[in-house]
Amino acid sequence: MDSREDDGGEPLSRMAEWRDVTPLPQDDGPNPVVPIAYKEEFRETMDYFRAIYKADERSPRALRLTRRAIHLNPGNYTVWHFRRLVLEALNADLDEELDFLQRIANSNSKNYQLWHHRRWVVERLGANARAKELNLIKKILSIDAKNYHAWSHRQWVLQALGGWEDELDYCQQLLEEDIFNNSAWNQRYFVVTRSPYLGGLKAMRASEVRYTVEAILANPNNECPWRYLQGLYKDDVKALVNDPEISSVCLKVINTKNNYVFALKMLLDLLCHGFQPCHEFRDSVVALRTSDTDPLGPDLSMAICDILEHVDSLRASYWIWRKNKLSVAAV
Amino acid sequence: MESFRSLTVTQRDQILVEQQVFDIFKTFYNLPPSSQSFMLELQRENHVEYLTKGLTGLGPSFCVLDANRPWICYWILHSIALLDEFVDPELEDNTIDFLSRCQMPHLATTYAAVNSLVTLGGEKALSSINREKLYMFLRQMKDASGGFRMHDGGEIDVRACYTAISVASLLNILDDELVQNVGNYILSCQTYEGGISGEPGSEAHGGYTFCGLATMILINEVDSLDLSGLTDWVVFRQGVEGGFQGRTNKLVDGCYSFWQGGIFALLKRLNSTKEVKPIPLGDGEGSGEESPQTTTSSDAAGEEGLNGDLSLGGSHSEIGDQHNTSSQDNVIDIDHNHSKGHANVEPLFNSLALQQYILLCSQELNGGLRDKPGKSRDHYHTCYCLSGLSVCQRSWLEDEDSPPLPRAVLGPYSNLLEPIHPLYNVVLDRYREAYEFFTKS
Repeated sequence: MDSREDDGGEPLSRMAEWRDVTPLPQDDGPNPVVPIAYKEEFRETMDYFRAIYKADERSPRALRLTRRAIHLNPGNYTVWHFRRLVLEALNADLDEELDFLQRIANSNSKNYQLWHHRRWVVERLGANARAKELNLIKKILSIDAKNYHAWSHRQWVLQALGGWEDELDYCQQLLEEDIFNNSAWNQRYFVVTRSPYLGGLKAMRASEVRYTVEAILANPNNECPWRYLQGLYKDDVKALVNDPEISSVCLKVINTKNNYVFALKMLLDLLCHGFQPCHEFRDSVVALRTSDTDPLGPDLSMAICDILEHVDSLRASYWIWRKNKLSVAAV
Repeated sequence: MESFRSLTVTQRDQILVEQQVFDIFKTFYNLPPSSQSFMLELQRENHVEYLTKGLTGLGPSFCVLDANRPWICYWILHSIALLDEFVDPELEDNTIDFLSRCQMPHLATTYAAVNSLVTLGGEKALSSINREKLYMFLRQMKDASGGFRMHDGGEIDVRACYTAISVASLLNILDDELVQNVGNYILSCQTYEGGISGEPGSEAHGGYTFCGLATMILINEVDSLDLSGLTDWVVFRQGVEGGFQGRTNKLVDGCYSFWQGGIFALLKRLNSTKEVKPIPLGDGEGSGEESPQTTTSSDAAGEEGLNGDLSLGGSHSEIGDQHNTSSQDNVIDIDHNHSKGHANVEPLFNSLALQQYILLCSQELNGGLRDKPGKSRDHYHTCYCLSGLSVCQRSWLEDEDSPPLPRAVLGPYSNLLEPIHPLYNVVLDRYREAYEFFTKS
């Protein structure tokens, strides 16, 4: 972690600047539990922090002290909170603050406090900070394309400050790099449903279905596009059932007799929603039967459950449960 | 479109983990039965030693968890309670004293502190909680949107909602002011995948799904969620390794044994034929005593389970190719006549596969549990792997209080952990004691 601004790590007790301050030791009580054997530098820094915090001193040296404390323990929310109070009191340059955060970003990419602090800073800087922020997040995602905090933060920036124009392209790029990246699929859904430039889910649906079907055919064992497909028809089950592209992709995959669990599952869901299959569907499902499954009954949904019970045996009890629900639902 | 013949990062990472896990399973299956029994044993003594050492002293590298010491308390105390062990009375007093000194109010640490004190139990621990002050703090953390902030000026998310509502419910200070609009907020966090995210728009995630579902149950609004969608999502979070992943196409992690596994315990109560209310479980029914071990360890689920389809061979990409005609049937057809009059249900997830992952891949033989092979043990994973294991062992029971059948417990029956209350993740007995205490006062 960068410590260039860290007063060189010199003990505070030896610095003239801090001579007037009496450090306040931690009050853990006489018999502390889960006591941490703090290193001297940590203990001392926190003792001085406690003193400044108690005195509510919002000065430049207090700001430097919080930075030092953050380096030693970026998880202490009290320090971050106080740093914000000091930044406000000093009317500090928040662009510099962003630079500081940027330097410690890589080693703290999963730290809640850091991301929250970023939000606070960016909120105050407004739209001007947008491009820089989206860029920083891209950098972090290039190291870990699924960092949950980074994605939440990115969504917050888009909603608070805009920048939607390039976002669908960005998702596209990430998916080209890794079609299995569920975070990128989730972001795609976020953009398609909320971007003020795209016209909303219904308007985007046809082109998104085409994109998703292509992704499915390339990797039918990839759960992401299957769930995304269902998401495109959220709250519109009738349209899902009536879209020939959906049932068609199920049929295509089932006919390959390979990696067909999600295809069968989707077909089952369609049937549960009232899909009326032509004989082709039944023929394809029957063709999956191996010698060790019982002859398939007349009901296609139940037959699918039977097959899934065997080919997705990890989830056998789930498929049995689904099957039982079918007989309950049947009139 | 380009062909994706070369592996993506997701595929590569997944294959590496699968290789490690399947190596462990392969080695295990090639061992003689006596060694297999040993490998499936929960290393109780070593775990307890690792845990108590943590309570008495942590090394300097823990300074990054400094603000989280109430969490470490909870992870350790809860784990010890699951193992049905007790903490030295002096250590207990010190813990109570320490927790009462915790500085800046923060919802997560408040949750951890309250759960720790409930786990310790007893008059001193329970009465050390200042409910009035805590209620005021919860009201302050309540946001206009319906959600809760983690701390003054802190982030709002589903986790904050859960910690607030869980604590309020446990301490019997839940009211309309706290509850209003929480349901709407959580609803807005159920994603197109079916799971629940931390904030509206984010990705469906196991930890937040547990928090969201538990909260909705606690405030009695669970029916507004798409429960079948949620069930469908969580069922597919169990991987070929037997353990759970936190999100679609991510890697297995032992802690999700609880976050995802616990969801099934919650769903079970919702699907049950009994009337479901947030009341103590086993109200007057069942002695709460464990039945004496009536079977020898060679008769235990371990062996049957081994012959069953636990050899989850084949990589993720070959799911459709599996023609595993499972003797899963051995495991699934629980003989209801042996249930001693208590109803049994079929868990919707593969309980034995998860237990196998926990015992063979998460467990460290010299104490503690971990995320996955190759990662180090820590108290967080110890807590949630054990919590998940407890859930697994009782996943066939409708009434968490009854002793599970031997075949429900992978390994020797002595692996059996204490039952938890799945909404709060505290040991059931301690929950009952707290319920009595906070209902009276």
